[in-house]
Amino acid sequence: MIRINRRTALMLGGSAMALPLVGGRAFAQAETPLKVAFMYIGTINDNGWNYAHNQARLALEEELGDMVETTYIENVPEGPDAERVLRDFAQAGNKLIFATSFGYGDYVLKVAQQFPDVKFEHATGYQRADNVATYNARFHEGRAVCGTIAGHMSETGQAGYIGSFPIPEVVLGINSFTLAARKINPEFTMTPVFISTWNNPAREADAARAMIDQGIDIIAQHTDGPAALQVAQERGIVGGFGQGADMSRFAPDAQLTSIIDNWAPHYIATAREVIDGTWVSEDVWPGLAEGEVVIGPYGEKVPEDVVADAERVKQEIIEGTSDIWTGPIRDTEGNVRIEEGQTMTDEQMLTIDWYVEGVNPPA
Amino acid sequence: MSMDLLIAICMTVIGAATPILLAATGELVVERSGVLNLGVEGMMLIGAVTGFIVMFTTGNPWLAVFVAAIAGLLSSLIFAVLTLSLSANQTATGLALTIFGTGFSALAGQNYSAQPVELFRSIFPPELVGHQVLRLVFGHSPLVYFSLLMVVACWWFLNRSRAGMILRAVGENDHSAHSLGYSVIGVRYAAVAFGGAMAGIAGAAFPLLLTPQWAERMTAGGGWIAVALVVFASWRPFRLLAGAYLFGLVMTMELYSKAGGGPLSAIPAELWAAMPYLATILVLVLISMRRSGSTSAPACLGKPFIPSS
Repeated sequence: MIRINRRTALMLGGSAMALPLVGGRAFAQAETPLKVAFMYIGTINDNGWNYAHNQARLALEEELGDMVETTYIENVPEGPDAERVLRDFAQAGNKLIFATSFGYGDYVLKVAQQFPDVKFEHATGYQRADNVATYNARFHEGRAVCGTIAGHMSETGQAGYIGSFPIPEVVLGINSFTLAARKINPEFTMTPVFISTWNNPAREADAARAMIDQGIDIIAQHTDGPAALQVAQERGIVGGFGQGADMSRFAPDAQLTSIIDNWAPHYIATAREVIDGTWVSEDVWPGLAEGEVVIGPYGEKVPEDVVADAERVKQEIIEGTSDIWTGPIRDTEGNVRIEEGQTMTDEQMLTIDWYVEGVNPPA
Repeated sequence: MSMDLLIAICMTVIGAATPILLAATGELVVERSGVLNLGVEGMMLIGAVTGFIVMFTTGNPWLAVFVAAIAGLLSSLIFAVLTLSLSANQTATGLALTIFGTGFSALAGQNYSAQPVELFRSIFPPELVGHQVLRLVFGHSPLVYFSLLMVVACWWFLNRSRAGMILRAVGENDHSAHSLGYSVIGVRYAAVAFGGAMAGIAGAAFPLLLTPQWAERMTAGGGWIAVALVVFASWRPFRLLAGAYLFGLVMTMELYSKAGGGPLSAIPAELWAAMPYLATILVLVLISMRRSGSTSAPACLGKPFIPSS
């Protein structure tokens, strides 16, 4: 047994510093795996947001093996508890910490100041520092693929969209879905219903009932669970889409396809950068092209030609030739918001607060 | 507005009202015995998770409801022992039960959130259940009929049965009831246990009636609405029924108004959303006007009973 006191610690530190000189990087990695920690806002069994982050953590372990060692904590509220958990992570020797909810931002920045040698990655955030990076995914690209399917398959030409709050991310999803659907069916309309919560299954189900009873036959949702899809299945309407993860188990007939969050490429790349010492603070926003947003398997109901067209839209987005977000794009009042030939910029997307033509704007 | 839409709205309203009606009926009896149990939300969550697990493993909705009632009852006994036998503060203990129920249900349901179950469907023949108009009568889950039956039973019990009158006596004046030889603590134990069982069934109604899955905190405040409804109904069963359906109506109409164009959006969704609160204020004002200041609450509500002799 080695006693750790200040002198031996210094010796260990000294020899660790000398390691790259003798054994090279690979040797150092084998000796001290990079400790990576994840902080989740909900449970890893939610079939959606947190589940996806945890799947990516497992993929990271799988991919890098002995080079990393991961831990996670679930159900961390977006409050002072988050700060405590982050500090515990840093003190436990984690050198890379992923905070996977928007509301962790302030706490990440605060703790990051106290641990300059620890790298922090904040999902969907906007505040960065020397050791704090932000990352997000272009979920709206997946929405455009779903919208294409809806445009082809809807019989009534009306879709409903259960939203949590009208924040830009959600508004962008609604707009992208509608823009894509109207490329196929110019008469297509979309009705968003905001329910002021991310997770209230009974309310989501009632919202779905309210929309189906009034003629919509396609449902999309930007909430965490499969409740709306289950109602779609029960009522036998054309269908809906899984959000965050494949939800076909809940609605085998009604799920036309799903948008799957795949954070694994980002987590693996980031861990490699930290190990290699090439990590820098930046903001990344990958999507379909990088494999961070994935379109799940198509439902049996979706005809082959519709699958082909959805794949075409997906391919165009991946290749950067898609015209879904290219003008002229009008808002619900008929004003041209994006001029002919211009494409919405990232800045415009991240701050969007208006609905495109075809959306019945919420009162 | 078409007939079809009207019936469809009624179906959704009835579904939304049923869990809160079940829980509120139980809480009404509890409060009439002089006990305030604020743990309804926690007991509902325990009922919801147990009901879901039994439904998932056995596929038998009757059994699921029964076990959920037992689970709710057992959890209410924690409250009963603390407040009735040990005279702990009822408000604090009730809140603690809600917090406990939230955590316990999350733990118990950990491995069940990725699973769907079947709904507890109507037991009437499919031609009636699927009928355009008659489904309004026959198309409901047995839980809906049970909730209505319990309101009537509860009214009869409180107003027509000897046992019910003893229970009310205990709630209105515990020391008098005690001196007449009635077991105040015994009656309150029974009332709290009944309230717990009803809350358990109300919780099970979430996965069996509204949305066939388990999700953490899926009752989403339904227990608190039930507690508020009892006050709203001034501790009377049929007013409770009216109140539950009124709350169900406004919660549902908010969504229908948002989702529809045409006649339904004549009343803005925001007004529908605000209506339960306006109605509560109105009812409270009316009650206090008619009874010149009295709120008609059971006189011993929330007071621990400590026998003086």
